[in-house]
Amino acid sequence: MDSILELHNLKKYYATQKAVDDISFNIKQGDIFGLLGPNGAGKTTLLRMITGIFYPDSGSITFDGRPFEPENDIIKIGYMPEERGLYKKMKIGEQALYLAQLKGLSRADAMQKIKFWFKRLEMESWWNKKVEDLSKGMSQKLQFVTTVLHEPKLIILDEPFSGLDPVNANLIKDEIYGLAQRGSTVIFSTHRMEQVEEICDHIVLVNLGKKILDGTVADVKQQFKENKFSIKLAGIPASVEDGAYQIINQQANEFTMKINEGYRSNDVLLHFINQGIGIESFNEILPSLNDIFIQLVDGTKSVTRAFQNLS
Amino acid sequence: MNKIWIIARREFLSRVQKKTFLLTTILLPVVIFGLYGLIIYLSVKSSENYTVAIADNANVFGGKIDSKDDIKFVFVKDESLVQLKEKIAKKELDGYVWVPEDFKPSKGDTISVVSGKTVGLMNREEIQKRINDALENQRLLSSLQISKKQLDSLQKGNEVKFSTTEGKEENDTKVGISYGVGYASGFMIYLVLFIYGTMVMRGVMEEKTNRIAEVIISSVKPFQLMMGKITGIGAVGLVQFIIWVALTVTLRFILPLFVPDMRETANVMNHGANEALQTAKQSGALDNLMHGLSDINFPLIIGCFIFYFLGGYLLYSSLFAAVGSAVNEDPQDAQSLTLPITMPIIFGIVIMSSAINNPTSNLAVFGSLFPLTSPIVMMARIPFGVPNTVPYWQLALSMLFLICGFLCTTWISAKIYRVAILMYGKKPTWKEMWKWAWRKN
Repeated sequence: MDSILELHNLKKYYATQKAVDDISFNIKQGDIFGLLGPNGAGKTTLLRMITGIFYPDSGSITFDGRPFEPENDIIKIGYMPEERGLYKKMKIGEQALYLAQLKGLSRADAMQKIKFWFKRLEMESWWNKKVEDLSKGMSQKLQFVTTVLHEPKLIILDEPFSGLDPVNANLIKDEIYGLAQRGSTVIFSTHRMEQVEEICDHIVLVNLGKKILDGTVADVKQQFKENKFSIKLAGIPASVEDGAYQIINQQANEFTMKINEGYRSNDVLLHFINQGIGIESFNEILPSLNDIFIQLVDGTKSVTRAFQNLS
Repeated sequence: MNKIWIIARREFLSRVQKKTFLLTTILLPVVIFGLYGLIIYLSVKSSENYTVAIADNANVFGGKIDSKDDIKFVFVKDESLVQLKEKIAKKELDGYVWVPEDFKPSKGDTISVVSGKTVGLMNREEIQKRINDALENQRLLSSLQISKKQLDSLQKGNEVKFSTTEGKEENDTKVGISYGVGYASGFMIYLVLFIYGTMVMRGVMEEKTNRIAEVIISSVKPFQLMMGKITGIGAVGLVQFIIWVALTVTLRFILPLFVPDMRETANVMNHGANEALQTAKQSGALDNLMHGLSDINFPLIIGCFIFYFLGGYLLYSSLFAAVGSAVNEDPQDAQSLTLPITMPIIFGIVIMSSAINNPTSNLAVFGSLFPLTSPIVMMARIPFGVPNTVPYWQLALSMLFLICGFLCTTWISAKIYRVAILMYGKKPTWKEMWKWAWRKN
């Protein structure tokens, strides 16, 4: 499939730090793409360049096969920033209409689409309410609607689930899947790794302005696997020790083990089969993205960097 | 361009549809005019008859004090103090003056007016004046053998008129009116700059603190957002101004419908021939005033006012927008950041108050050319006459500078704005803002 977005050697330097330092990656059309990184890693700067708010110092962006032109391509992008808000005194319906018109939709067109989405997310009764009357989760929902209303090819969601209850979070999640199925590409930026694991096809991890990880969720997990397995046996074996593996943890007849270099999982299984012990289950333990994230980011100065840029 | 229009439309409608807009735009002038009318009405209306008995035992008044309007002086003889007091109690009299037999006006003796209840300010002044006039008349007669009227005609000065070499007659009323109109328009511009400038600043601050700025900037350019806001609020100001002018004009037509009526009632109560003369004189002054007003080129003034209103507003509002974008939650930041912008406006008003007295001085000319002060100062000078006081070249140059000025401030502000609107956390320093203004994209 074609890439909807290609970043080539993007750089954006501020006076005191390299916010984005030579980052390149591709996003395939229809993917749900996770952009991960600790606070202050340069994610927001990167997203602002993709949405045309900032110009890169160097490097280029290709959008939908052509060089990115913020002026014209903006209508094909829907961006929900992390720092987001609404006009408090404005009525919900008018607000949605206004934001849609700013995206370039005609009034009639916008009206029709708002009605569709409001009905879909059960927000019809909100039309004449003011934003100040909404709860945080409700305004979050409204923001989501205004982001995807114009059916953008590329949807960028920065922490879309913060402040949502599980029911509404699921609702939004389903909509994200639906949008991806209908051909939109979603860039998803968050700290919540379990959500990334669940939703994303492809991830990129940035830290200190550099890309440190790029691949599908499955590939990344394979890449960081530590040959850990869990095995559940029918009984307690007489001889547990073997050269093929090391036991990390034992809970009665359940073992967590790490297979040594040069051995395969079959060696482990053979060891127990030869002893005539039944094997109830045998699973590979893949690292969670959370573990990988912490492993890669921990120890770097990612947190202190956030303060440096204030100097 | 289309997006600026959409933004301006929202800014305009969201303000005009507010109740406070209706309140300040329509109710305020009505209330002010209402109060004004009420004051006039009451001051004319307070014509209760007031009778003062004069017991002139030393004959210092010569038996005559001019009665005026509603104040009557009645000379009484052979009535004791007790009788007078009784009459006051019976409301036949409102007050009396008891002049003792040994009273000597030349010695500066005090005359006391005794009244049943406290005398109102207007009546009090009138009574004082009448009594003093009568005393003065008597003194003149007794020592110089001339009447006060004779003295007045002797003292009357000859009229001194001013005119320009072009042969235009400049009467005092016209200069007075120019002064008034100039001061009013200069001051109006000053108010407009402050009120609408801070309105823009608040709007920008609201967008930043509500965190909606980034949402919008992902759809439109920061410049469009800023210009849309400025345009929208400018339109609010213009509409408000036009409504005020329209209301003022209508009320000015309506008000005299009540006032002449009152004046007539006052005239009916007027009996002295002296008073008729006074009225004639008054209407002469009124004619003079009308004449002076018609001498002033109102279409030019209103045209210039709208130009300087818009020019000044555009110039300052973009600066206010830049400041608003730099401010974070803390409103105190706004105060310290607005100071450098409000300074030139205040200078403008200072220069104006000097220019109004001397509209052709170097300071006045400088102030009316310099774009940061020209809207205020030039508006104060224009009513004195174009091209007499303000030559055409000065007007043209001032307008040109103002246009250049607002293009320049808008350009600088837009650059500060686009960085600052997405900047959270610490308040930027002036140095940083200066850097943003001159940074290349």
